Amino acid sequence: MDIFAQQLINGLVLGSIYALVALGYTMVYGVLGLINFAHGEVVMIGAMVAFSAITLFIGLFPETPGWILFLVGVLCAVPVCMLVSFSIERLAYRPLRNAPRLAPLISAIGVSIILQTLAMIIWGRNYLIFPATLPTDPIVLHTFAPVLENDYERIVSITPVQLLIVVVSAVLMFGLTYTVNKTRLGKAMRATSENPQLAGLMGINANSVIAATFVIGAALAGVAGVMVAANYSVAHFYMGFLPGLKAFTAAVLGGIGNIYGAMLGGLLLGIVESLGAGYLGQLTGGFLGSHYQDIFAFAVLILVLTLRPSGLLGERVSDRA
Amino acid sequence: MNIPLFSATHLKKSFGGITAVDDVSLSVQPGQVVGLIGPNGAGKTTCFNLITGLYAPDEGQFEFKGKTYKPASPHRVAQMGLARTFQNIRLFKSMTALENVAVGMHGKTRQGVLGAVLRTPAQRREEKRVHQQALKWLDYVGIGAYSNHLAGQLSYGDQRRLEIARALASEPALLALDEPAAGMNATEKLKLRELLLRIRQDGTSILLIEHDVKLVMGICDEVIVLDYGKVIAQGTSTQVQQSPAVIEAYLGGLHHG
Amino acid sequence: MSKLAQRHQQVIGFLLLAVALAALPWVAGLIGNSWVRILNIALLYVMLALGLNIVVGFAGLLDLGYIAFYAVGAYVYGLLASPHLTDNFETIATLFPDGLHLSIWLMIPLGALIAALFGVLLGAPTLRLRGDYLAIVTLGFGEIIRLFLNNLNAPVNITNGPQGINMIEPVQIAGVRFSRTVDLFGVEVPALHLYYYLFLALTLFIIVVCMRLQNSRIGRAWTAIRDDEIAAKSMGINTRNMKLLAFALGASFGGVAGAMFSAFQGFVSPESFGLMESIIVLCMVVLGGMGHIPGVILGALLLAGFPEMLRQVVTPVQEFLFGSVLVDAEILRSLIYGLTMVLVMLYRPAGLWPKHK
Repeated sequence: MDIFAQQLINGLVLGSIYALVALGYTMVYGVLGLINFAHGEVVMIGAMVAFSAITLFIGLFPETPGWILFLVGVLCAVPVCMLVSFSIERLAYRPLRNAPRLAPLISAIGVSIILQTLAMIIWGRNYLIFPATLPTDPIVLHTFAPVLENDYERIVSITPVQLLIVVVSAVLMFGLTYTVNKTRLGKAMRATSENPQLAGLMGINANSVIAATFVIGAALAGVAGVMVAANYSVAHFYMGFLPGLKAFTAAVLGGIGNIYGAMLGGLLLGIVESLGAGYLGQLTGGFLGSHYQDIFAFAVLILVLTLRPSGLLGERVSDRA
Repeated sequence: MNIPLFSATHLKKSFGGITAVDDVSLSVQPGQVVGLIGPNGAGKTTCFNLITGLYAPDEGQFEFKGKTYKPASPHRVAQMGLARTFQNIRLFKSMTALENVAVGMHGKTRQGVLGAVLRTPAQRREEKRVHQQALKWLDYVGIGAYSNHLAGQLSYGDQRRLEIARALASEPALLALDEPAAGMNATEKLKLRELLLRIRQDGTSILLIEHDVKLVMGICDEVIVLDYGKVIAQGTSTQVQQSPAVIEAYLGGLHHG
Repeated sequence: MSKLAQRHQQVIGFLLLAVALAALPWVAGLIGNSWVRILNIALLYVMLALGLNIVVGFAGLLDLGYIAFYAVGAYVYGLLASPHLTDNFETIATLFPDGLHLSIWLMIPLGALIAALFGVLLGAPTLRLRGDYLAIVTLGFGEIIRLFLNNLNAPVNITNGPQGINMIEPVQIAGVRFSRTVDLFGVEVPALHLYYYLFLALTLFIIVVCMRLQNSRIGRAWTAIRDDEIAAKSMGINTRNMKLLAFALGASFGGVAGAMFSAFQGFVSPESFGLMESIIVLCMVVLGGMGHIPGVILGALLLAGFPEMLRQVVTPVQEFLFGSVLVDAEILRSLIYGLTMVLVMLYRPAGLWPKHK
């Protein structure tokens, strides 16, 4: 039970990250029918920029409290991520809007590699130690009495960073939902998503809406990147690939193009992966260890696409796609 | 009572809340040309897709050459002897006209990987036969001169004829044509009419979706009229033209070309 | 020109090409042995690119996990040609007390066959997926294979985990071991050159097979599927079987290349079979001209050779200009691949040498 509870908490944290990143994938797919393969790299850029910003800031103002450092990281990372995503859309995707379907995907793969390589050039190949920004002592949520004598107490805890992740993600997701449902921009996004031609006829500039979609998704990804780096205390040029892939799986799981789907899919995938990692050894009689946990995301992806391709909450892809 | 070459009875298909095809039955006797007409959105192409296995029917029985069939896989329907063309022309754009027709013969040919890689005498004979037959079909529909042109480079009318040649290449017993005259001018339509009559004469039955009422009435032995997924009239062209239901459905449009 | 004269010209052309190809390693060897190595690796990439071309170029299935088949071929050969199995499994050690030492004429087809099997296995779930989903799922499969290669060392040590399999025997044909300089008809032939001729022969074989497949009923069926799958089905093509065939054949070529890679290197590890490798091979096919065999060969040679040449230039130039290497050759290589994919899609989506008609 203790493993279950702890893994559930871990799953919630992981799932919040997946959800934030999945939103970027799902919104772009909903409006363009394109898998923005480079989105995972945007997460990485968020982490790396924050690393540089915070390191620089510590150098200039060594006594800054941790939470301000964190804020500095986010405030620097987000605009950069937004700019990068905006440029990608403009340079590598927009010219291919009317090309056969696979062309933008191949372009996206190329962009992903370019971003990784640029990160390698700027920040080097090595794992960077992300500066500590928030207190690290875990907050104990529950203590299970030891089962056997002389056994240790099993605790269920959450660190401040993990708590921050869950809270910030929830706030951001709420903010996005509000934007999409209640603002003019949101209405324009939904209209373009459903029927780009009709939206155009009604005076909505599809290019602007698409650019906004990319930029909003990038902002979320940037915040996610900073939080991931703070959580694992490490940043690395290749750190965006796997989370990006898993977040895409989450988006497909929930129903691509559907933002509620992305949120649900993200949380579900995080929980499934954490529980799976915790119990994998037991489930397979020791044959597969927990380092196989990445397999869960892939297995989920294949299962969803084979059995229920429209996802849990249903696809919402535009006619253009 | 003749056994029809083909029959589909009590077809039903809904998409979401909309019933696209509602209790439609049609049949084709050997040697017949049957026309399927109706306003846009009446469900004609949907019927074709049900018959050929592209959509799964909610209900319906299908018979071909006296045997029941389940239209589950389009390729088996084609191999059975039911070939079709498409409303929006679906040619293989990166291949030549000749190659397109050769693909039409896929079901009638057998050579696989081994034959291809080893270039056995049997394979070479088959390729030669395919080549000659394909040319023959291109000539039959009148575009023999364009055999080496890319399918996408042909004129619209020629593309339609190429699609017919490709369908004929499988030597079907029943040819299902979806708006073959769409976008053609008057001369091309006349040539199409001749072609269809020749096809019928040479032993292939035809099921035809068409908007050009003059063309339909001129060559069809029987006409079925659909509206909103239902059959509203059925009979010879004269009978159908005089049906009040049909006149209403077309809002008097029957007397326009 | 008369037909006979034309024929003569063709024959002479072929002979010249044959002589050039036969002499190539000797010429390259004059510049440096590493160049013959590069030539051999380039040939492996040509094989891979041709294999992927069947899947992507002929049948239109965007496979992002193709390197998995390379890995399968490499590991099959590695396991059969090294002491790993006899060291780790009692039963095998007792059955083969002197080691496995299977004939190469058995191991290459076996590698191809097992890779083909994996091709069918990994292709089957993707049959109904649309283009981009198929790409992601195949990517996932590629990663899964690598994951297993990395971790199947416990409880049963099949792949030896991250350390990989080493002490893989070099190729041995007709008693000649490709492990050092060999005396052939009085000529001293280095092992690198022997590998070159073997790889060249295999590559030529694969080229012929691909060309024959392309101009056949099967090739037309693949092109039909690529152009319009619904119309293809309606013309009597069993698209499911055709797609599986494409996966199987493409995979088998990857398997052959993998087996040769294994023998050539003497050791294999999961590191060599990551996503980047799949992408590199895709890049070669895309750059050269998807579906066009000469284009694909060109793309493979360019993208295998150019970064190597760059490496020879870039490091000394940077040392000279900046005193140190800012952008090392590996990074430059990756940058080239990324830029190639984007730029080709933007400005020349049909590739450098497309099939024109």
